[in-house]
Amino acid sequence: MKALVESAGFLTSVQDSGRTGFRESGVSLGGALDSHALRVANALVGNKDNAAGLEATFGKLRLRFEDQRLVAWCGGASTARINDEDLPPGHAGLVTKDDELLMIAPSAGSHAWLAISGGIDVPVVLGSRSTDLRGNFGGLQGRALRDGDVISLGNSDLKIEASWKDRRISEWSAPAPWASTADADQVLRIVRGSHWESFATGAQSSLVTDSFAVTPDSDRMGARLEGPRLDFVEPGDLLSEAVAPGTVQVPPNGKPILLLGDCQTIGGYPKIAHVITVDLPIAAQLWPGDAVRFREVSLAEAQNLLREREEDFARFRVGLSLHFS
Amino acid sequence: MRIEPLGDSALLLRVVEEFHPEQSLDAVLRAARRIELAAIPGVIELAPAYTTIGVFFDPARIVDYDELKTSIERALQRNLEPARPRAGEESIIDVPVCYEAEFAPDLAEVARHANLPEEEIVARHAAGTYRVTCVGFTPGFPYLSGLPAELATPRRANPRKEIPAGAVAIGGTQTGIYPRKSPGGWHIIGRTPLQLFDVERESPALFSAGDHVRFRKISRDEFERLAQ
Repeated sequence: MKALVESAGFLTSVQDSGRTGFRESGVSLGGALDSHALRVANALVGNKDNAAGLEATFGKLRLRFEDQRLVAWCGGASTARINDEDLPPGHAGLVTKDDELLMIAPSAGSHAWLAISGGIDVPVVLGSRSTDLRGNFGGLQGRALRDGDVISLGNSDLKIEASWKDRRISEWSAPAPWASTADADQVLRIVRGSHWESFATGAQSSLVTDSFAVTPDSDRMGARLEGPRLDFVEPGDLLSEAVAPGTVQVPPNGKPILLLGDCQTIGGYPKIAHVITVDLPIAAQLWPGDAVRFREVSLAEAQNLLREREEDFARFRVGLSLHFS
Repeated sequence: MRIEPLGDSALLLRVVEEFHPEQSLDAVLRAARRIELAAIPGVIELAPAYTTIGVFFDPARIVDYDELKTSIERALQRNLEPARPRAGEESIIDVPVCYEAEFAPDLAEVARHANLPEEEIVARHAAGTYRVTCVGFTPGFPYLSGLPAELATPRRANPRKEIPAGAVAIGGTQTGIYPRKSPGGWHIIGRTPLQLFDVERESPALFSAGDHVRFRKISRDEFERLAQ
């Protein structure tokens, strides 16, 4: 079964939880910039964590459905509607044949992730359904969606008819901080990077006290930041080494780059810090003009926060299963 | 050897301090092989490059960071067979390159910088044996060591917005090949008809870290024939 893309919006692509196993060949992780948001949306519609959904950048996405499906979305402060009815973030909604789902540009944040029961059925390329927009492979023909595209949906084994009754929008929902991740006060927690000690003390304190602005040449590879210049004490050539989404690297111009999901696999710029995994959802919402600040935490704290989130998510899944039985 | 955190879901193994295209790279590739063979639960993938290996793990499965470090250290100490590097120790990959003017917009600048005739740049570039030190930047891009010192040319002050697929280029002391159309700041001195990265192939990237590479000068006609 299929869905018709009546309007593809500014930039919408098929994404799952990312592509692993080919990093040593230079293939980025990719996937949803906020794979947690997609995972939460997937859980709400009864999909597996890594089912492919749609990443909509800055709205305006309009889909028409051919059959009955559950849909859910998480992300920036968008507005979504099934026909004329609001579908709030972190809720599941029922669509039936000829229903229209509309997502409008967010008032805060930049991205939203939409899950559809059954998932988006595109071929698996190098172990993932994600679109690699730079490499032009995966997803729908290796490209962003266009107006008029038809996307295939996988089979869903949900017994919607039995459990859903006359309900249109679920009364239950995901925890608010997971459903709506655009935060007016964007503070990203960091741990120190390999080259922290090689930065001037002024740069170290600037990073955790000053505010940085996201510049317009930011994209899915990274958010480029403008602020006080972060000076390096020991310049000199570094050999390229592994980087990851969340790495904050500083080129010789002193302007930090916060790497995101589509970042290159290796880099030769000094790494001053890494945004912790539980804060990548906030990083994924950054948009040119936004201001962002950083706060240092210990590695142990970062890993504890992540473990807590994973435990919360496991409980969330168990709770949801009651609504699907 | 040092192990450092790389954020909260990866770590960086500094295998050796100084880079050498043969000995130190072999040590890195051997270490990567040993970690792979140890199949440590929760380790997702490795990213070897020059003197380091990025080890990416699932933090939901690896609860104790120090325990992971210990597992890695133990894996490195085990004297497993094969203790050979993973890739291309004996094999040499032959890369046909057409160095004709149409494909070599920066050959003149490299020649000027080296103070050598253009033909000499081509002859020396094609005479060398190179080694893939890592694959990255874009999928399938091989960074090659072994460039004759006199051919080293600093990167362009203004990177090009678009470099064609197959462009063979010099950047600093390294040479490399652009797998697909992309921006880049290296000096382009030729083009290969080979497909460096193809998701349809069983092994999508033509090169792996550790492979040895030789360039072979071909004519424009041969380029066209091979490109078919």
